[in-house]
Amino acid sequence: MAIGATTTPEKEKPAGSFINDPQVRGIFYQAITVIILALLIYWIADNTIENLRRANIASGYGFVRGRAGFDVGQSLIAFTSDSTYGRALVVGFLNTLLVAIAGIITATIIGFIVGIGRLTHNWIIAKLSLAYVEVFRNIPPLLVIFFWYSGVLAVLPQAREALALPLNIFVSNRGVAFPKPVFGDGFQYTFYAFILAALASFLVSRYARRKQAETGQRMPVLWTVLGLVIGLPLVTFLATGAPLAFDVPVAGKFNLTGGSVVGPEFLSLFLALSFYTAAFIAEIVRAGIRGVSKGQSEAAHALGIRPRLTTRLVVVPQAMRIIIPPLTSQYLNLTKNSSLAIAIGYADLVAVGGTILNQTGQAIEVVSIWLIVYLSLSLATSLFMNWYNARMALVER
Amino acid sequence: MNTHQASFVRASMIEASPAPLLESGVAYWLRKNLFATPKDTALTIISLLVLAWLIPPAIQWLFIDAAWSGGGRGVCATVAQGGSQPDGWSGACWAFVNAKFSQFIFGRYPPDERWRPALVGVIFVLILVPMLIPKVPYKGLNAFLLLVVLPILAIILLPGGWLGLTYVETPLWGGLMVTLVLSFVGIAVSLPLGVLLALGRRSTMPVIKMLCTIFIEIVRGIPLITVLFMASVMLPLFLPQGVTFDKFLRALIGVSLFASAYMAEVVRGGLQAIPKGQYEGADSLGLGYWQKMNLIILPQALKLVIPGIVNTFIGLFKDTSLVSIIGMFDLLGIVRLNFSDTNWASAVTPVSGLIFAGFIFWLFCFGMSRYSGFMERVLDTSQQR
Repeated sequence: MAIGATTTPEKEKPAGSFINDPQVRGIFYQAITVIILALLIYWIADNTIENLRRANIASGYGFVRGRAGFDVGQSLIAFTSDSTYGRALVVGFLNTLLVAIAGIITATIIGFIVGIGRLTHNWIIAKLSLAYVEVFRNIPPLLVIFFWYSGVLAVLPQAREALALPLNIFVSNRGVAFPKPVFGDGFQYTFYAFILAALASFLVSRYARRKQAETGQRMPVLWTVLGLVIGLPLVTFLATGAPLAFDVPVAGKFNLTGGSVVGPEFLSLFLALSFYTAAFIAEIVRAGIRGVSKGQSEAAHALGIRPRLTTRLVVVPQAMRIIIPPLTSQYLNLTKNSSLAIAIGYADLVAVGGTILNQTGQAIEVVSIWLIVYLSLSLATSLFMNWYNARMALVER
Repeated sequence: MNTHQASFVRASMIEASPAPLLESGVAYWLRKNLFATPKDTALTIISLLVLAWLIPPAIQWLFIDAAWSGGGRGVCATVAQGGSQPDGWSGACWAFVNAKFSQFIFGRYPPDERWRPALVGVIFVLILVPMLIPKVPYKGLNAFLLLVVLPILAIILLPGGWLGLTYVETPLWGGLMVTLVLSFVGIAVSLPLGVLLALGRRSTMPVIKMLCTIFIEIVRGIPLITVLFMASVMLPLFLPQGVTFDKFLRALIGVSLFASAYMAEVVRGGLQAIPKGQYEGADSLGLGYWQKMNLIILPQALKLVIPGIVNTFIGLFKDTSLVSIIGMFDLLGIVRLNFSDTNWASAVTPVSGLIFAGFIFWLFCFGMSRYSGFMERVLDTSQQR
């Protein structure tokens, strides 16, 4: 009886409150959303099928086996106009990766230099870094790409009057030509030696760390590792008879022959993305370093740790913790901005896809390939960065 | 009694003596800021050398050697290239920018009708300036003018086709006008849409939350150019036969949707920073969901993320330049279109045009970021009591 008395007020609700119950309302709103969305999708799908039937376009991914019939300017794997659309897309994807990775490395280096430059006591360096950041942050990346492409690289001398730089590097309006290494027989041993040395260095540094933790003695790890990584491959290289030659570019009558050439499309995209993203990375680095409280470095000094070690062991690890998450999104932005390649004809994924789209009319398929590739690149980068971030994260006790 | 009367104690304070020469004045500033350590000295000297190597030629190129006026490519080309400048000459071709200026602003809008966008522009500035100055009263009326009256006026005046105005189709629009229209609409749409998406992503209704999350994550994961491609290639597929969408409108939709996903994440950051007590306080006052959000949560959350919102605006403004890839002529597109004008083609024309366009973009973006810094200080009420 007593139990029944306490439960009845919950069961029987005043009249009219049913409509005011937030849960009931929530279900109602969601049901409406789902119905509207389903109708919209049905309408779109119906229209699309109708339009495709009218235009005589067969849907499906069968087109990737068709003959491409176009050439790409720069390719990491063999590609001719007889190759398939699928191979063209792979070429585009590899080109996207190439420019993104190259850009990320350069942008990180420039960004860290400029970001630290903004924090130095040196007035002129700080102002120069500030000017760099304010200029590049406020200009569209596409404009910077065109600046390099049609403003700088296009007005360089013709190939036969190419500017000769040291080390047989030639700069002309067709890009930068540099000596191409030709690997002879037995070069693989040098490569194996390098891998062996890398493995050994890893073991040495692990041993050194454990030894320092146990006994407090420090080993000269840096010199050992440098000696291993440089020395071992070098010795193997010389012992196998130096099987490496260089194919040097030679200025001919009309063009440079031999060597490797990096085209102006890649160069302008790479330079523009690096300089543009570096401005953002610089601000992230500055915020990260300023985010480490001054007490940390003062405490380190009070413990008698030398300034350089303070920076390396106290300030940088804490700053990295602040820097990494926004840095990840800048890397992703750079990768996505590499799609601007289409504006200057660098054969990246979007440019190749655009050509295929124009040729075959397979809009839905091509766009879905773009979506899948970029989304998985985003996902892969954020997974890697999350892993790294977790390793660097504050260990609280 | 009074020991202070002793004659060996001074009755007045001594004037502070000036700081040693090495600790004050220009020499001290130089020593502290430029030559503190040998490393600093080396860096200073290197950067001064680099500046001395870069700045004079840049000034020479930009101003002294530049061709300021003229009617054709002759003034911007050397004798060998068929022009009037001496051999070896190189300088900015401002004559090109000068001659094409009205095109850079209005695109290929018919010259007789250019008073229409100009009028809209003037009214826009007249409404925007009082909106931006915090001290000017009647902000509500001002916002109404900016967000309701101005768009209606622009829809009447820019395309025309009624009230005796000749119809100007959007492919003829171009230049800075297109950049500004795209950015204005993008900003005006993406902020409310972004707020809605952010609220949806933090909603307790699972279906709404999932849909908003999927939308935000997909749009943020892909480049804008693919969104624009979708808007220009896939939208026609999705619509029934015969229904066509203006290309300009499609670009507008693409840019606005793209920016709203980024805006949603910025706003979500602000929403998450509001303490739970604020939500509970609003609930205990008996406020409904929208009252709670409009009166309590959003005013605080949006104020917190002003820098992020303005950064998204700046990004949107810069991103409008991408529409030149899908065949529209915004500021960057129209500048590039004019490179191929044979009357003006010369080695220095592209650089000059791009520097001009870059300067305009820079001016707007830098202005926005400075204004956001100013607003942050004005609205900063909670921190400094």
